[in-house]
Amino acid sequence: MNKQETILEVNNLKKYFQTPLGPLHAVDDVSFTLKRGKTLGVVGESGCGKSTMGRTILRLLEPTSGEVIFEGNDLSKLNKEEIRKKRRELQIVFQDPFSSLNPRKTVSQTIMEPLRIHRIEKNKRQRQEKVREIMEVVGLADRLWDTYPHELDGGRRQRIGIARALALNPKFIVCDEPVSALDVSIQAQILNLMKELQKKMGLTYMFITHDLSVVNYFSDDIAVMYLGKIVEMAPAEVLFTNPVHPYTQALLSAIPIPNIKKKKERILLKGEITSPIAPKPICRFCNRCRNVIDRCSSEEPQLIEIEKKHYVSCFLTE
Amino acid sequence: MNKENTIQKNSNVSKKKKRKKGEFSQAVKRLSKRKSAIIGFVIIILLILLAIFADVIYDYEEDIIKQNISERLISPCAEHPFGTDELGRDILARIIYGTRISLFIGITANLISMVIGSIFGIIAGYWGKKSDMIVMRLMDVFLAIPGLLLAIAIVAALGTSTRNLIIALSISGIPPYARVMRGAILTVRDVEYIEAARAIGARHSTIILGHILPNCMAPVIVNATLYIAAVIAATAGLSFLGLGIQAPMPEWGAMLSTGRTYIRQYSYMTLFPGVAIMITILAFNLLGDGLRDAFDPRQK
Amino acid sequence: MMPLIQDKSNNESSKDEGIKINMEKNNNKQKDLTLEMKDLVVEYHTDEEIIHALNGLELFIERGKTLGLVGETGAGKTTAALSIMQLIASPPGVIKKGSIFLNKENILQKSKAEMGKIRGKDVSMIFQDPMTALNPVITIEKQIAEVINHHSGCGEKKAILEAGKMMELVGIPSNRGVEYPHQFSGGMRQRVVIAMALACNPKLLIADEPTTALDVTIQAQVLEMMKNLKESYGTSMLMITHDLGIVAETCDTVSIIYAGRIVEHGTLEDIFEKTLHPYTEGLFNSLPNMEKRDVPLKPIKGLMSDPANLPSGCSFCPRCNYAKEICNTEKPKRIYSNETHFVECHLYNGNNIADGTVINQ
Repeated sequence: MNKQETILEVNNLKKYFQTPLGPLHAVDDVSFTLKRGKTLGVVGESGCGKSTMGRTILRLLEPTSGEVIFEGNDLSKLNKEEIRKKRRELQIVFQDPFSSLNPRKTVSQTIMEPLRIHRIEKNKRQRQEKVREIMEVVGLADRLWDTYPHELDGGRRQRIGIARALALNPKFIVCDEPVSALDVSIQAQILNLMKELQKKMGLTYMFITHDLSVVNYFSDDIAVMYLGKIVEMAPAEVLFTNPVHPYTQALLSAIPIPNIKKKKERILLKGEITSPIAPKPICRFCNRCRNVIDRCSSEEPQLIEIEKKHYVSCFLTE
Repeated sequence: MNKENTIQKNSNVSKKKKRKKGEFSQAVKRLSKRKSAIIGFVIIILLILLAIFADVIYDYEEDIIKQNISERLISPCAEHPFGTDELGRDILARIIYGTRISLFIGITANLISMVIGSIFGIIAGYWGKKSDMIVMRLMDVFLAIPGLLLAIAIVAALGTSTRNLIIALSISGIPPYARVMRGAILTVRDVEYIEAARAIGARHSTIILGHILPNCMAPVIVNATLYIAAVIAATAGLSFLGLGIQAPMPEWGAMLSTGRTYIRQYSYMTLFPGVAIMITILAFNLLGDGLRDAFDPRQK
Repeated sequence: MMPLIQDKSNNESSKDEGIKINMEKNNNKQKDLTLEMKDLVVEYHTDEEIIHALNGLELFIERGKTLGLVGETGAGKTTAALSIMQLIASPPGVIKKGSIFLNKENILQKSKAEMGKIRGKDVSMIFQDPMTALNPVITIEKQIAEVINHHSGCGEKKAILEAGKMMELVGIPSNRGVEYPHQFSGGMRQRVVIAMALACNPKLLIADEPTTALDVTIQAQVLEMMKNLKESYGTSMLMITHDLGIVAETCDTVSIIYAGRIVEHGTLEDIFEKTLHPYTEGLFNSLPNMEKRDVPLKPIKGLMSDPANLPSGCSFCPRCNYAKEICNTEKPKRIYSNETHFVECHLYNGNNIADGTVINQ
């Protein structure tokens, strides 16, 4: 398999929600490409549109405009039945391991459901066999076969969610904050599992999170989102060593580091994220930015490649 | 490392498994702790048994409707514990047989309105937007007319018969069911597991039948027990007015109505059917209240 | 502070905890302690089982200092906080034994009415979810004023003025006081809650995961503000969190809680630089390393023991990579590595505790 093969290409994707106050630009003109077997981390604060972007790519939400090209097919042009079939290849793991599982279905029923829907194995016995296999892969013991989600802890519930996504042998998985509801020790178990699965099955991930230390550990490339836009995108090590956008810098400096020797200077942002309802065509970060110049409040910056594979949308870099 | 994990987890789970099963059995357990609900439940079981075996105990032609002028208006005694009515029929026998009619109408009418009301509720709640508006406004129109009045109008228009009575009572039960079902669906519709089902490519039918309905049944069941009581009361009420079950069938409301004429001299004729109505409705209400509490997530 | 070697020299065997504890107790008497919780046992009795939430918990906070209480979900962090507030729902909660001294007074012996006066005035609490802590139909200045009025009885007008000052202090313009909680964002709401908690200048502030529901940049703002306020008011603080990063930035001492007991306690340096307990080590190893991306995570295996069914030996034993025979059968005793740093683990005895090389290899 060609390592450099592009699996997903998103071009000018937009998702607006109609609100009484005007259109809410949840995802506004986002473009990126993703190579097979790699992980794109998407970071941002709540309300920046990162979850909406994940769901719009999978067409769990209908995009307002733009294209999502997955292995050469534009997903946004498929009809309902075609996209339903395509879901075998595109999966999602949810944030909340409590609300993402049907409380009235047992572990095996939940994992078997995708197999049944897509009629993957011929008979029930083969399907059960397959479910056993998947359960073993994600580290769920056979004894849990008939248990209900409420009998299990968060970590194991999240394993069920991962198993359900893997059942269809997908190529691309959107992970929407898969570990943020878990305890640190369990979080590490799940992250390791997901990394292992990626290697084993050649999965491509889009890893959505607000936790920068997790995204740093997990991703090859990282996109930083602010109010529906990607403000900076770069390979993980570049982004963490040389953040250029003032928002990225503030975000990185805000992470509390579990190390008492390294005290760092903290950039405290003023104010809070606002809601992108009918935004003006200016820099969306300008009211919180510490390096603001006149141009920021009159023009909208574009995402520009400032060095190889490092994209920034800020006038200061021009 | 994973294996170690799972071994350790297993021991944990097997212990838990004995304690907790499904959410439903937990509700049953909570229910069993409420004395009033248990009393209601036991009474309902007894009533259902009476209804089933009424035929065995009494012969319909011989004991229930055959007039016996020589034995008319006997006050309660050993032979007729509840006395006899103005046509010499044993009141106890007629009340027991009446259970059958009341329960039959209550349950049938209830089932019909549950099915139709739920379908409306699903349409409104699941698809939302326009279909929600149309369906719920339609239901509002029905709700605006008092249920009993609507039933009277329907029976008056279609003529009095058991079938028409059931139809009338079913129709007035539809809007509450539609409301309850819509409300329940709205709370479930946007939960992530529904989205997860869409993400694995489930069709609408699978989502509704497999994911939404099983998680919406609790309030519907509660509504059912309470509505059965309401239907029984309405049946009695309509019969009392002469619009429900027709003589000579032994219906509690109709018995009450005839007894009214003799209330000064023979008050037992009104007393016993009245008590029968009261106990039945009370039993269903007790059970319904208990169920509502037992399903209430805040009780967990 | 005495050097750590001091009490090692004459105590060779590992059976000298008694002496050390005594010594430590004396120490505490000399110190000015805002909170001193000793041997607290709290159980929740349900129909099926008894949940052992706290099994002899000990916490102490010096005046003006911050103690970080770190542990996983279900370790008993919140129960500990609620015990101090005397807000444990009973039934099912039962305080079996132990003592909680707040400003040298045992609050377990207080009546309900007395406790009502202490809460808010001497000790107050910030909860994780700011929305549930606020009444949605009352303006925020009234909510803050209510607390002030309740404790000082200064009258509503004065209390509202006072509330305005509190709001300015936590960084909310006081003219926003007439707004309702839903008009505020999450970070602002948490500020309101903090203003309420600080309104009566309590001696002890309990913060139960105060920033978990907030975004990083907002978290940074709120933590910074709390730090400043704490310094200027001299409030002692109990910071309950699972985030060791927050601990590193805000706390003076740290207690690691596991299955309702403190398994390791020490100053920041003790815990971060001279980690002793395998569980503490596991917590650190579970965190991604921000500098070196390639360092794989080493999670703690398995899950927290069921608090209704704790192991007879060390509670951490089933998950411990260093577990020995004795860990299965016997509860470990407390052992001090220096005056401020203790651990409950069978790996340590009088001989090796001083160098603490058992796990950091």
